[in-house]
Amino acid sequence: MRYLADPRLEAVSERLKEVGEVVVFASSKGGVGKTLLSVSTSLLLGRRGVSTGLLDLDVTNPTAHLVMGIDIARARPIEERGVVPPEVYGVKFMSPVFFTQGRAAPLRGEYISSAIREVLSMTRWTGVGVLVVDTPPGMSDELLELLTYVRKFRAVVVTTPSVLALESAARLGEVLGPRVEALVINMYTGGEPRVWRSANLGRPAPVYTLPYDREVEESVGDPGRLLSTRFSREVDRQIVSHVVRLFGSGSYYPVPR
Amino acid sequence: MHEWALAEAVALALSSYAKRAGIGRVKRLVLGLGELQAVDREVFELALGESLKLYGLEVESYELVTEEAFFECKACGFSWGLGELALSDEVREAIHFLPEAAYAYVRCPRCGSPDFSIVRGRGVRILGLEA
Repeated sequence: MRYLADPRLEAVSERLKEVGEVVVFASSKGGVGKTLLSVSTSLLLGRRGVSTGLLDLDVTNPTAHLVMGIDIARARPIEERGVVPPEVYGVKFMSPVFFTQGRAAPLRGEYISSAIREVLSMTRWTGVGVLVVDTPPGMSDELLELLTYVRKFRAVVVTTPSVLALESAARLGEVLGPRVEALVINMYTGGEPRVWRSANLGRPAPVYTLPYDREVEESVGDPGRLLSTRFSREVDRQIVSHVVRLFGSGSYYPVPR
Repeated sequence: MHEWALAEAVALALSSYAKRAGIGRVKRLVLGLGELQAVDREVFELALGESLKLYGLEVESYELVTEEAFFECKACGFSWGLGELALSDEVREAIHFLPEAAYAYVRCPRCGSPDFSIVRGRGVRILGLEA
Protein backbone atom coordinates (compact mmCIF):
# COMPACT_ATOMS: atom_id res chain seq x y z
CA MET A 1 0.00 0.00 0.00
CA ARG A 2 3.00 2.29 0.29
CA TYR A 3 2.74 3.19 -3.39
CA LEU A 4 -0.78 4.46 -2.86
CA ALA A 5 0.44 6.49 0.10
CA ASP A 6 3.04 8.07 -2.17
CA PRO A 7 2.35 7.49 -5.88
CA ARG A 8 5.76 8.88 -6.80
CA LEU A 9 7.49 5.73 -5.61
CA GLU A 10 6.14 3.65 -8.46
CA ALA A 11 7.24 6.35 -10.87
CA VAL A 12 10.78 6.30 -9.44
CA SER A 13 11.15 2.66 -10.48
CA GLU A 14 9.65 3.38 -13.88
CA ARG A 15 11.96 6.30 -14.59
CA LEU A 16 15.07 4.40 -13.61
CA LYS A 17 14.12 1.53 -15.91
CA GLU A 18 15.27 3.89 -18.65
CA VAL A 19 18.79 3.85 -17.22
CA GLY A 20 21.34 1.12 -17.90
CA GLU A 21 23.26 1.29 -14.65
CA VAL A 22 23.30 3.55 -11.62
CA VAL A 23 26.66 4.28 -9.97
CA VAL A 24 26.42 6.07 -6.63
CA PHE A 25 29.40 7.92 -5.17
CA ALA A 26 29.01 7.93 -1.40
CA SER A 27 30.99 8.83 1.69
CA SER A 28 30.35 9.12 5.38
CA LYS A 29 32.52 12.20 5.78
CA GLY A 30 32.39 15.50 3.92
CA GLY A 31 35.32 17.04 2.10
CA VAL A 32 36.68 13.81 0.66
CA GLY A 33 36.30 14.98 -2.95
CA LYS A 34 33.17 13.07 -3.84
CA THR A 35 31.63 15.75 -6.00
CA LEU A 36 34.86 16.34 -7.93
CA LEU A 37 35.15 12.60 -8.43
CA SER A 38 31.52 12.26 -9.55
CA VAL A 39 31.81 15.10 -12.03
CA SER A 40 35.18 13.96 -13.32
CA THR A 41 33.91 10.39 -13.77
CA SER A 42 30.80 11.61 -15.61
CA LEU A 43 32.74 13.83 -17.97
CA LEU A 44 35.31 11.13 -18.67
CA LEU A 45 32.62 8.53 -19.33
CA GLY A 46 31.03 10.98 -21.73
CA ARG A 47 34.38 11.53 -23.40
CA ARG A 48 34.69 7.79 -23.93
CA GLY A 49 31.38 7.82 -25.75
CA VAL A 50 29.28 6.49 -22.90
CA SER A 51 25.82 8.01 -22.71
CA THR A 52 26.07 9.47 -19.21
CA GLY A 53 23.82 11.23 -16.75
CA LEU A 54 24.87 13.00 -13.58
CA LEU A 55 22.43 13.52 -10.72
CA ASP A 56 23.36 15.76 -7.82
CA LEU A 57 21.37 14.29 -4.95
CA ASP A 58 22.50 16.83 -2.39
CA VAL A 59 19.16 18.56 -1.91
CA THR A 60 20.20 21.06 0.73
CA ASN A 61 23.62 21.93 -0.62
CA PRO A 62 24.13 20.97 -4.27
CA THR A 63 27.53 21.90 -5.72
CA ALA A 64 28.14 19.68 -8.76
CA HIS A 65 26.99 22.51 -11.04
CA LEU A 66 29.79 24.68 -9.66
CA VAL A 67 32.39 22.09 -10.62
CA MET A 68 30.80 21.83 -14.06
CA GLY A 69 30.76 25.61 -14.45
CA ILE A 70 27.06 25.55 -15.27
CA ASP A 71 25.10 28.78 -15.41
CA ILE A 72 21.88 27.58 -13.74
CA ALA A 73 19.95 30.55 -15.09
CA ARG A 74 20.63 29.40 -18.66
CA ALA A 75 20.90 25.60 -18.59
CA ARG A 76 17.48 24.46 -17.40
CA PRO A 77 15.58 21.17 -17.53
CA ILE A 78 13.00 20.99 -20.30
CA GLU A 79 9.37 20.10 -19.54
CA GLU A 80 8.39 17.04 -21.52
CA ARG A 81 6.08 14.58 -19.79
CA GLY A 82 8.18 15.24 -16.70
CA VAL A 83 11.49 16.98 -17.09
CA VAL A 84 14.43 16.22 -19.36
CA PRO A 85 17.82 17.22 -17.93
CA PRO A 86 19.93 19.64 -19.95
CA GLU A 87 23.01 18.20 -21.62
CA VAL A 88 26.20 19.88 -20.48
CA TYR A 89 29.62 18.87 -21.83
CA GLY A 90 28.05 15.70 -23.19
CA VAL A 91 26.49 14.76 -19.84
CA LYS A 92 22.78 14.94 -18.97
CA PHE A 93 22.80 16.87 -15.73
CA MET A 94 20.10 17.15 -13.10
CA SER A 95 20.25 18.94 -9.79
CA PRO A 96 17.84 20.43 -7.23
CA VAL A 97 19.77 23.65 -7.73
CA PHE A 98 17.72 24.32 -10.86
CA PHE A 99 14.81 24.93 -8.50
CA THR A 100 16.53 26.43 -5.48
CA GLN A 101 18.67 28.70 -7.65
CA GLY A 102 21.69 28.29 -5.42
CA ARG A 103 19.93 29.58 -2.31
CA ALA A 104 20.24 27.83 1.03
CA ALA A 105 17.48 25.24 1.40
CA PRO A 106 17.57 23.88 4.95
CA LEU A 107 15.41 20.77 5.04
CA ARG A 108 14.51 18.27 7.70
CA GLY A 109 14.73 14.59 6.84
CA GLU A 110 11.16 13.96 5.69
CA TYR A 111 11.39 16.86 3.25
CA ILE A 112 14.73 15.66 1.93
CA SER A 113 13.11 12.29 1.20
CA SER A 114 10.18 13.97 -0.45
CA ALA A 115 12.41 16.18 -2.61
CA ILE A 116 14.44 13.16 -3.72
CA ARG A 117 11.28 11.28 -4.68
CA GLU A 118 10.06 14.26 -6.66
CA VAL A 119 13.34 14.62 -8.55
CA LEU A 120 13.63 10.89 -9.24
CA SER A 121 10.01 10.54 -10.32
CA MET A 122 9.95 13.49 -12.69
CA THR A 123 13.34 13.20 -14.40
CA ARG A 124 13.47 11.34 -17.69
CA TRP A 125 16.86 9.74 -18.31
CA THR A 126 15.94 8.23 -21.66
CA GLY A 127 19.02 6.96 -23.48
CA VAL A 128 21.34 7.21 -20.48
CA GLY A 129 23.62 4.19 -20.14
CA VAL A 130 25.33 5.09 -16.88
CA LEU A 131 23.77 7.42 -14.32
CA VAL A 132 26.32 8.79 -11.87
CA VAL A 133 24.81 9.94 -8.58
CA ASP A 134 26.66 12.37 -6.34
CA THR A 135 25.32 12.02 -2.80
CA PRO A 136 25.83 14.26 0.22
CA PRO A 137 28.02 12.90 3.01
CA GLY A 138 26.52 10.68 5.66
CA MET A 139 24.19 7.73 6.02
CA SER A 140 20.90 9.52 6.26
CA ASP A 141 17.85 10.14 4.12
CA GLU A 142 19.55 10.41 0.72
CA LEU A 143 21.26 7.05 1.08
CA LEU A 144 18.22 5.37 2.60
CA GLU A 145 16.00 6.60 -0.22
CA LEU A 146 18.38 5.01 -2.71
CA LEU A 147 18.66 1.78 -0.75
CA THR A 148 14.92 1.42 -0.32
CA TYR A 149 13.52 2.65 -3.60
CA VAL A 150 16.25 2.50 -6.23
CA ARG A 151 17.65 -0.87 -5.17
CA LYS A 152 19.58 -1.57 -8.37
CA PHE A 153 22.73 0.48 -8.01
CA ARG A 154 26.42 0.05 -7.44
CA ALA A 155 28.26 2.20 -4.94
CA VAL A 156 31.74 3.66 -4.99
CA VAL A 157 32.74 4.58 -1.45
CA VAL A 158 35.03 7.60 -1.28
CA THR A 159 37.37 8.40 1.58
CA THR A 160 40.68 10.05 2.35
CA PRO A 161 43.62 8.35 4.07
CA SER A 162 42.47 9.86 7.39
CA VAL A 163 41.88 7.23 10.04
CA LEU A 164 38.51 8.81 10.83
CA ALA A 165 37.41 8.85 7.20
CA LEU A 166 38.54 5.26 6.70
CA GLU A 167 36.67 4.11 9.76
CA SER A 168 33.59 5.95 8.51
CA ALA A 169 33.99 4.36 5.07
CA ALA A 170 34.03 0.94 6.68
CA ARG A 171 30.77 1.74 8.46
CA LEU A 172 29.26 2.89 5.20
CA GLY A 173 30.40 -0.38 3.66
CA GLU A 174 28.41 -2.21 6.31
CA VAL A 175 25.27 -0.33 5.28
CA LEU A 176 25.76 -0.67 1.54
CA GLY A 177 26.89 -4.30 1.70
CA PRO A 178 27.22 -6.07 -1.64
CA ARG A 179 26.37 -2.90 -3.54
CA VAL A 180 29.89 -1.61 -2.88
CA GLU A 181 31.77 -1.76 -6.14
CA ALA A 182 35.03 -0.13 -5.07
CA LEU A 183 36.71 1.97 -2.44
CA VAL A 184 38.47 5.13 -3.54
CA ILE A 185 41.09 6.67 -1.27
CA ASN A 186 41.34 10.26 -2.46
CA MET A 187 44.12 12.73 -1.62
CA TYR A 188 46.42 9.78 -1.20
CA THR A 189 49.96 10.91 -0.59
CA GLY A 190 51.90 7.66 -0.59
CA GLY A 191 52.65 4.59 1.44
CA GLU A 192 50.64 1.45 1.70
CA PRO A 193 46.90 2.03 1.64
CA ARG A 194 45.41 1.22 4.98
CA VAL A 195 43.58 -2.01 5.10
CA TRP A 196 39.86 -1.51 4.76
CA ARG A 197 37.55 -3.79 6.64
CA SER A 198 36.32 -5.32 3.43
CA ALA A 199 35.07 -8.36 5.36
CA ASN A 200 31.89 -6.38 5.92
CA LEU A 201 31.15 -6.06 2.24
CA GLY A 202 30.14 -9.61 1.58
CA ARG A 203 32.58 -9.70 -1.31
CA PRO A 204 36.04 -8.27 -2.04
CA ALA A 205 36.12 -4.79 -3.56
CA PRO A 206 39.07 -3.16 -5.30
CA VAL A 207 40.78 -0.20 -3.62
CA TYR A 208 41.80 2.70 -5.85
CA THR A 209 44.01 5.61 -4.83
CA LEU A 210 43.86 9.12 -6.25
CA PRO A 211 46.64 11.66 -5.73
CA TYR A 212 46.38 14.88 -3.78
CA ASP A 213 46.38 17.43 -6.59
CA ARG A 214 46.24 21.15 -5.82
CA GLU A 215 45.25 21.93 -9.36
CA VAL A 216 41.89 20.22 -8.86
CA GLU A 217 40.58 22.97 -6.60
CA GLU A 218 41.74 25.59 -9.08
CA SER A 219 39.86 23.82 -11.87
CA VAL A 220 36.44 24.18 -10.23
CA GLY A 221 34.14 25.71 -12.84
CA ASP A 222 36.40 24.72 -15.72
CA PRO A 223 35.72 21.12 -16.82
CA GLY A 224 38.39 21.25 -19.51
CA ARG A 225 41.01 22.10 -16.95
CA LEU A 226 39.64 19.52 -14.50
CA LEU A 227 40.04 16.79 -17.08
CA SER A 228 43.65 17.79 -17.72
CA THR A 229 44.67 17.32 -14.08
CA ARG A 230 46.67 14.40 -12.76
CA PHE A 231 43.67 13.64 -10.57
CA SER A 232 41.39 13.17 -13.58
CA ARG A 233 43.97 11.12 -15.47
CA GLU A 234 44.00 8.72 -12.53
CA VAL A 235 40.20 8.79 -12.30
CA ASP A 236 40.11 7.80 -15.96
CA ARG A 237 42.75 5.09 -15.61
CA GLN A 238 41.27 3.53 -12.51
CA ILE A 239 37.63 4.34 -11.85
CA VAL A 240 36.30 5.05 -15.32
CA SER A 241 38.09 1.98 -16.67
CA HIS A 242 36.46 -0.03 -13.89
CA VAL A 243 32.99 1.27 -14.77
CA VAL A 244 33.54 0.60 -18.47
CA ARG A 245 34.79 -2.92 -17.71
CA LEU A 246 31.65 -3.54 -15.72
CA PHE A 247 29.11 -2.22 -18.14
CA GLY A 248 30.99 -1.88 -21.41
CA SER A 249 29.89 -5.23 -22.72
CA GLY A 250 26.25 -4.21 -22.43
CA SER A 251 24.25 -2.75 -25.26
CA TYR A 252 23.61 0.53 -23.50
CA TYR A 253 26.34 2.46 -25.22
CA PRO A 254 29.28 2.18 -27.58
CA VAL A 255 32.76 2.07 -26.05
CA PRO A 256 34.88 3.76 -27.23
CA ARG A 257 33.35 6.40 -29.45
CA MET B 1 4.49 19.36 -18.79
CA HIS B 2 5.33 18.34 -15.24
CA GLU B 3 1.64 17.48 -14.77
CA TRP B 4 2.22 14.48 -17.01
CA ALA B 5 4.81 13.07 -14.62
CA LEU B 6 2.47 13.62 -11.67
CA ALA B 7 -0.48 12.01 -13.44
CA GLU B 8 1.63 9.12 -14.65
CA ALA B 9 2.80 8.49 -11.10
CA VAL B 10 -0.81 8.26 -9.93
CA ALA B 11 -1.73 5.93 -12.80
CA LEU B 12 1.28 3.72 -12.13
CA ALA B 13 0.51 3.50 -8.42
CA LEU B 14 -3.15 2.68 -9.06
CA SER B 15 -2.30 0.14 -11.72
CA SER B 16 0.19 -1.56 -9.43
CA TYR B 17 -2.35 -1.59 -6.59
CA ALA B 18 -5.07 -2.96 -8.87
CA LYS B 19 -2.84 -5.82 -10.00
CA ARG B 20 -1.94 -6.74 -6.44
CA ALA B 21 -5.55 -6.46 -5.31
CA GLY B 22 -6.83 -8.36 -8.34
CA ILE B 23 -9.22 -5.65 -9.49
CA GLY B 24 -9.69 -4.48 -13.05
CA ARG B 25 -11.30 -1.16 -12.44
CA VAL B 26 -11.79 1.55 -9.85
CA LYS B 27 -15.32 2.82 -9.23
CA ARG B 28 -14.36 6.10 -7.64
CA LEU B 29 -11.09 7.89 -7.10
CA VAL B 30 -10.41 11.00 -5.04
CA LEU B 31 -7.16 12.87 -5.58
CA GLY B 32 -5.81 15.80 -3.60
CA LEU B 33 -4.01 18.53 -5.49
CA GLY B 34 -1.82 20.51 -3.13
CA GLU B 35 -2.00 24.23 -3.65
CA LEU B 36 1.76 24.56 -3.22
CA GLN B 37 2.50 22.53 -6.35
CA ALA B 38 0.04 24.63 -8.37
CA VAL B 39 -1.00 21.83 -10.70
CA ASP B 40 -2.80 22.88 -13.88
CA ARG B 41 -6.04 20.90 -13.47
CA GLU B 42 -6.88 20.82 -17.17
CA VAL B 43 -3.48 19.47 -18.16
CA PHE B 44 -3.47 17.07 -15.23
CA GLU B 45 -6.87 15.65 -16.13
CA LEU B 46 -5.81 15.16 -19.73
CA ALA B 47 -2.60 13.47 -18.62
CA LEU B 48 -4.42 11.31 -16.07
CA GLY B 49 -6.87 10.06 -18.68
CA GLU B 50 -4.06 9.19 -21.08
CA SER B 51 -1.93 7.59 -18.39
CA LEU B 52 -4.77 5.43 -17.08
CA LYS B 53 -5.37 4.20 -20.62
CA LEU B 54 -1.67 3.54 -21.06
CA TYR B 55 -1.54 1.40 -17.93
CA GLY B 56 -4.82 -0.34 -18.67
CA LEU B 57 -6.85 0.80 -15.70
CA GLU B 58 -10.46 1.85 -15.87
CA VAL B 59 -11.58 4.53 -13.45
CA GLU B 60 -15.34 5.13 -13.58
CA SER B 61 -15.29 8.49 -11.86
CA TYR B 62 -12.81 10.69 -10.11
CA GLU B 63 -12.77 13.87 -8.11
CA LEU B 64 -9.95 16.37 -7.78
CA VAL B 65 -9.87 18.18 -4.47
CA THR B 66 -7.73 21.26 -4.04
CA GLU B 67 -5.91 21.21 -0.72
CA GLU B 68 -4.90 24.61 0.57
CA ALA B 69 -1.25 24.91 1.51
CA PHE B 70 -0.48 25.63 5.14
CA PHE B 71 2.81 26.06 6.90
CA GLU B 72 3.69 25.98 10.59
CA CYS B 73 6.85 27.37 12.14
CA LYS B 74 8.71 24.93 14.36
CA ALA B 75 10.44 27.77 16.17
CA CYS B 76 7.53 30.03 17.18
CA GLY B 77 4.43 27.99 16.27
CA PHE B 78 3.04 30.57 13.85
CA SER B 79 0.99 29.15 11.00
CA TRP B 80 0.26 30.72 7.66
CA GLY B 81 -1.14 30.01 4.21
CA LEU B 82 0.36 30.26 0.76
CA GLY B 83 -1.79 33.29 -0.02
CA GLU B 84 0.02 35.28 2.65
CA LEU B 85 3.32 34.97 0.81
CA ALA B 86 4.44 37.27 -1.98
CA LEU B 87 6.23 34.92 -4.35
CA SER B 88 7.36 35.84 -7.84
CA ASP B 89 6.22 33.82 -10.86
CA GLU B 90 9.73 32.42 -11.19
CA VAL B 91 9.71 31.16 -7.61
CA ARG B 92 6.21 29.74 -8.01
CA GLU B 93 7.38 27.84 -11.06
CA ALA B 94 10.38 26.43 -9.18
CA ILE B 95 8.07 25.31 -6.36
CA HIS B 96 5.68 23.80 -8.90
CA PHE B 97 8.43 21.43 -10.00
CA LEU B 98 9.91 20.84 -6.56
CA PRO B 99 7.65 21.91 -3.69
CA GLU B 100 10.52 21.51 -1.22
CA ALA B 101 12.24 24.34 -3.07
CA ALA B 102 9.93 26.49 -0.92
CA TYR B 103 12.55 26.13 1.78
CA ALA B 104 14.90 28.20 -0.34
CA TYR B 105 12.45 31.10 -0.61
CA VAL B 106 10.08 31.03 2.38
CA ARG B 107 10.79 31.97 5.98
CA CYS B 108 8.40 32.22 8.90
CA PRO B 109 6.59 35.56 8.45
CA ARG B 110 6.68 36.16 12.20
CA CYS B 111 10.14 35.11 13.39
CA GLY B 112 12.06 34.55 10.16
CA SER B 113 12.93 30.93 10.97
CA PRO B 114 13.70 28.59 8.05
CA ASP B 115 12.51 25.66 10.17
CA PHE B 116 8.85 25.14 9.33
CA SER B 117 6.52 22.32 8.33
CA ILE B 118 4.40 22.06 5.24
CA VAL B 119 1.36 20.97 7.21
CA ARG B 120 -0.76 20.24 4.16
CA GLY B 121 -1.30 21.10 0.53
CA ARG B 122 2.12 20.06 -0.74
CA GLY B 123 1.41 18.08 -3.90
CA VAL B 124 -0.60 15.32 -5.52
CA ARG B 125 -1.85 12.49 -3.37
CA ILE B 126 -4.44 9.75 -3.44
CA LEU B 127 -7.07 10.56 -0.84
CA GLY B 128 -9.29 7.58 -1.45
CA LEU B 129 -10.52 4.97 -3.85
CA GLU B 130 -13.48 2.65 -4.10
CA ALA B 131 -12.97 -0.58 -6.02
